[in-house]
Amino acid sequence: MTLQLTLTILLNGLTLAALYFIVASGFSLIFGLMRTVNMAHGSLYMVGAYVGYAVFEPLYDQDVWYAWYVGLVAGMAIAAVLGVAMQKTVLGWMQGQELRQALVTIGISIIVADQLLANFGATSRQFFAPDAIFGASFVPGVGRYPTFRLFQIGVAIAVGIGLWLLLNRTKVGLMIRAGVDDRDILSACGVNVPLVNIVVFALGAALAGLGGVIGATAQPLAQGVDGRFLLISLVVVIVGGMGSITGTAIGAILVGLAEQVGQALFPTYSVILTFVIMVVVLALRPQGIMGRAR
Amino acid sequence: MIAWLQSRAGLWTAGGFAFLLVLPAILPELMPANQASFWLGNIFGRAIVFGIIAMSLTFLATYGGFVSLAQMSVAGVAGYVVAITVNGAAPSIVGGLAYMTAIPLGIVAAVLAALFVGVVSVRTRDIYLLMITLALAMGFFRFVETNIAWFNGYEGIRNVLGPTVFGLPFRDPHVIYYVSLLLAATLYGGVLYLVRSPFGLVLQGIRDNPRRIAALGYNVALHRVAAFGVAGFIAGCGGVMMTIYNIGISPGSVGLGATINVLIMSVIGGLGHPIGAFIGSLIFAFFDTFAATIYDRNRFNTLIGVVFLAIVLVSPDGVIGLAKRSYAYLKAKSAPQRWDKPT
Repeated sequence: MTLQLTLTILLNGLTLAALYFIVASGFSLIFGLMRTVNMAHGSLYMVGAYVGYAVFEPLYDQDVWYAWYVGLVAGMAIAAVLGVAMQKTVLGWMQGQELRQALVTIGISIIVADQLLANFGATSRQFFAPDAIFGASFVPGVGRYPTFRLFQIGVAIAVGIGLWLLLNRTKVGLMIRAGVDDRDILSACGVNVPLVNIVVFALGAALAGLGGVIGATAQPLAQGVDGRFLLISLVVVIVGGMGSITGTAIGAILVGLAEQVGQALFPTYSVILTFVIMVVVLALRPQGIMGRAR
Repeated sequence: MIAWLQSRAGLWTAGGFAFLLVLPAILPELMPANQASFWLGNIFGRAIVFGIIAMSLTFLATYGGFVSLAQMSVAGVAGYVVAITVNGAAPSIVGGLAYMTAIPLGIVAAVLAALFVGVVSVRTRDIYLLMITLALAMGFFRFVETNIAWFNGYEGIRNVLGPTVFGLPFRDPHVIYYVSLLLAATLYGGVLYLVRSPFGLVLQGIRDNPRRIAALGYNVALHRVAAFGVAGFIAGCGGVMMTIYNIGISPGSVGLGATINVLIMSVIGGLGHPIGAFIGSLIFAFFDTFAATIYDRNRFNTLIGVVFLAIVLVSPDGVIGLAKRSYAYLKAKSAPQRWDKPT
């Protein structure tokens, strides 16, 4: 294998990891604060992507430059709205019953997937990136590489830094971190914990929607991606550790690289590599690489 | 045994089993012959086959507290091993074995796969266990879907017709029905027996308080893994039946949808007693078949999703819990009337 090919594979792995990080960080954020395993996270991704596309398409036909950006915002907004609706109507009042919440979100994801199929059909769709991030750029050692994929890494880094700043430098972040440690005392301090929950759920769901639009620009969007990205989110946070942003980043990089390297070296067995990583981490550190022991 | 048969639960079970035994004789009296064979094979027969797989989950969840989503994959391992090794399957990947050898081999493979799932998840509980087993299940699905050499990828393996039983071909709906029914009844009785044994009691102790059980000197991890092995045996039997019932196996049989369907069956019926698995799978088969008439031809998933959601929201312990509560409610309602009666 030439050096150039190796570097290309590694870069592919990193761009994939960037997408995984964006999606899984939302999942991890929601889990970290609320102990809610949102099994509908993949559905939020898919809703964000499809609705974003429905907004993007007519604008793109009119050839306006901001079509993609509007689609992106619409995708994030609809995912956030759906996430808040879920938290408000059903998940909020069964706080603490983790298994029941997981079952409820599974039920929601079945309905959402079926309704998306009914409304959007089974044809695959793909966003066209705006001119500014379309085409190819030169990367030293690799050669010409799709600009959008580099942009993807940029978005992931921005999301990571943004989340870190939010959690560590703002008052809302203070409340979220306090809520992770002890919800009851936080509530006793006069903080409106249900409201904090809703804010976190909106944020986590919006990240799924963001991932949806970005993912549907990088690769075609079709039915069934909800399961794929739910699985990715699960594996990434199991490997990286629940509720830790750094852990999610490490998990995403490991899973993204494993997938690309595996596909290059042993195509039909590549899936196993991802799960070998998961099993090894579970055997050595059941709480995940950066997870805190409980 | 006699005392159990005299209890209310025992009477219900024996009555239900007797009803299912004579069902093939009753159905043709109620409807035309082709409809009767459809009801027998596609609703009751299928409900029993998938009920076995669902029971492996119900067993783990009820007595161990482990909601494992890998049970469909474990069943799939058994099905795939049979399909890979048995004579006459198409394409023939290994072939050469008779059903008498291939089926036990498949069940052994399922038990080993289940023990592996048990070992991987041994240090986790509750929601973590659910996530890890779901991840393992999806990993198995993606592996069989992408691997051509052993699993024939997306196409899967077809033409697994099943053995002949007492000279009768397995494809006869009555043969499939009775074999599944007797298998299900045996496994069901086995589960009820096992949970009263010392092993079953320790398992229930682990569910309620693993620390106390460990302090009593029991090896919690070993009991947990063994429980997964037992569930693997049940799921393996179900997986073999499922593969023969479907005349083959493909990744779709072990995908996310199939995995979730098993969970739906168990939850709708009720995680609380093994019979819930069969009640749930019967309700599921019923909705699956009549979704077209009830709501919309292609929107089965929405319908079953709404039913599932309603059950989880209203009665987390499923139809069984609903029945129990209604019974208690009716009893409580009729009780005050006795006050009025002069004694």
